[in-house]
Formats: sequence, structure tokens, C-alpha cells
Amino acid sequence: MGMKIEHTLGVVEEELSNRGFVIAKMDELVNWARTGSLWPMTFGLACCAVEMMQAAASRYDLDRLGLVFRPSPRQSDVMIVAGTLTNKMAPALRKVYDQMAEPRYVISMGSCANGGGYYHYSYAVVRGCDRVVPVDVYVPGCPPTAEGLLYGIMQLQKKIKRTGVIKR
Amino acid sequence: MLDKIAQDREGKQFILCEDGYMITLSTNQTDAKEIISYLKKQQFNILTDLSAIDYPDRPKRFEIIYNLLNIYDNKRIIVKFSVADGKDVATITDLFNAAIWYEREVWDMFGVYFVDNPDLRRILTDYGFEGHPLRKDFPLTGFKEVHYDENQQKVIYAPVKLAQDFRNFDFLSPWEGPNYPLPGDEKAEKKS
Repeated sequence: MGMKIEHTLGVVEEELSNRGFVIAKMDELVNWARTGSLWPMTFGLACCAVEMMQAAASRYDLDRLGLVFRPSPRQSDVMIVAGTLTNKMAPALRKVYDQMAEPRYVISMGSCANGGGYYHYSYAVVRGCDRVVPVDVYVPGCPPTAEGLLYGIMQLQKKIKRTGVIKR
Repeated sequence: MLDKIAQDREGKQFILCEDGYMITLSTNQTDAKEIISYLKKQQFNILTDLSAIDYPDRPKRFEIIYNLLNIYDNKRIIVKFSVADGKDVATITDLFNAAIWYEREVWDMFGVYFVDNPDLRRILTDYGFEGHPLRKDFPLTGFKEVHYDENQQKVIYAPVKLAQDFRNFDFLSPWEGPNYPLPGDEKAEKKS
């Protein structure tokens, strides 16, 4: 991955010095921009949120992947549903998702968000956040480690690179 | 212990039981508030908890429990009384402001109505929730579940439909010697 980027950067530099401009495929350029600045909506619901904070903190440092947590859905590209989604919270979650601009992605983090998890049979918990919003990547674990979430984010980047086109 | 308290209420000095960790004071509904008010004057002026227990077999089904703390002597007292389903309970919000949310919680979870609580709404469960979840006869999975409806473009409620039935797991440890044959051991049991 690193070698590939270095190679690409070398080619770009050479092109720039030779001709003064670079030619690239539009969809690849768009996908590069999308994957390089996936701003997540801060949506921590339970203990998974702590693990999400760990991923954002200095050790795993999501900033280096271009992930900057935003406090507003209008500025976000991806929503990380980190924790137990309760019935009372479900309309709010949907509202936040609806407020996000296209293209938007959802990462379901942890057992509770994936399928209710420990609270599957509870009277107050939604049995999986995919009942409320469409999910792109499921990260398993209770809670998933920061590495796990990081891997999920990289899978999402892969998915965007594979499927992402200008029109979604 | 009860005699001691009864004496104290006649104006004698309040004596704490030194040997026990906690003192439980079972009383009746009419006297409870007076006792709590008295205890508050005796430096038990922190209400650490107010909760309830559901005993479905008893005629007076709910037990309301007040935990009081005396920080001067590091002593705690539990005051409790029973109340039947549908009967009102007097609020203690005029004595302890902390009781407002506790009483809301007991109302939400058990359906015990506290008269004169200034703000007796549900506190934890969903808006428009039906039933009181901590009652023993409330089914674990409840009655309604939510999902997003594509046609109506909103989150809607529907009756609970479980993809997988509730499973009762056997948590008995085989190392502690269960009193039944373990799965696969039936033949070994017959031989002996």
C-alpha cells in the first residue's frame, strides 16, 4: 500500500515537472478524495464509544486516515453507530442519518448495533441498527477493539474504492 | 429494633444499632413518611436510593424501599413498606428533592403512583411506552419493536416478531456435579 502510494506520488511529481499537469481518471480521483476524508458523525451510544475514542486518540490516530470527527451530520460522510441502539433513540438516529449529505455511509460497531447483541431480547432495544439505517460495514465484537474498528474503516474505504462512482 | 424506634419517636434520644451493617425498618404505608421525616431530622439527611420490588404472590404486591444515609456517623437505614397494585403512595419530594427522579423511575418501572410528585412522567422508557417493565409479569421482549418504514419515511412501531425464540441456557457447571445426566452421558448413568 505504502509502496504503491509512493510510486503514484513519484509519477505525479514527474508528470508535474515535465508537463505541468497530471491526467487522472475522474472516478478514481473522486474515490481517492472520498476515502481520504471520511469524516465520521460522532454517534457514540454506549461502551463502544470509548473504543471509538481510543481509535481516534494518539495511538491509532484516525486523523492520519483523514477521519476527523464532526459534531454535525451536515459535515459528515460516515456514521459510526457505536453502541446499543434503543427504541427511544431510533427516531433520533434516523433523523441524524437523514440529515447527512450524500454520499453517506454507515459503520455498525459492536454486537449491539449489529443485531442487538446482549440485549437482543430486551423490550427497549432495537435488534440491529440495520432495521433503522442501511449499513455498509459491520464490525463484530463486544466491544470491538480500536484495531477492529480501524480495520472496519479500512474495509469501508476498500468498498468505496470498489463500488464508489460519482452517482450513487 | 422496632421498639427502640417507637420509643425514639416519643422524644427520646435516637440510638443506632452498632453491631449490624445496616438497619432495616419495615413499617406500614401510613407511618412511613412520618418515620422518614423523623429520620431526616436525626441527621439521616441524604436519600441515597428509592426503589421498589415486585412480589407478585403477595396481596400487597410492591415493596417500596428508601435508603437513607447519615454521613455524620456513617450509618445507613433502610425503610420499607408494602403497597398493593393500583394504590397511591405519598411522595417524599417535600423532604428530599432527590426523590423526584427516583419516584419517576419507580412509576415508570413498576407503575406505583406517587401523589403530589411535581413531575411524575416516565423517565427511562420510550415515549408512549405501554406497561411497566420491571413488573414480574412483563414479558422480557415487551410488546412493540421499532423499524424504519421506507414508504412512510419514518421509524414506526410494530408488534414484536422474534427471528429466534428466547433460549434458556443451562448455566449449571458440570464441575459442581449436576443432579441430572449430562448430554451424551445417559448410557453411563444406566449402567451404574
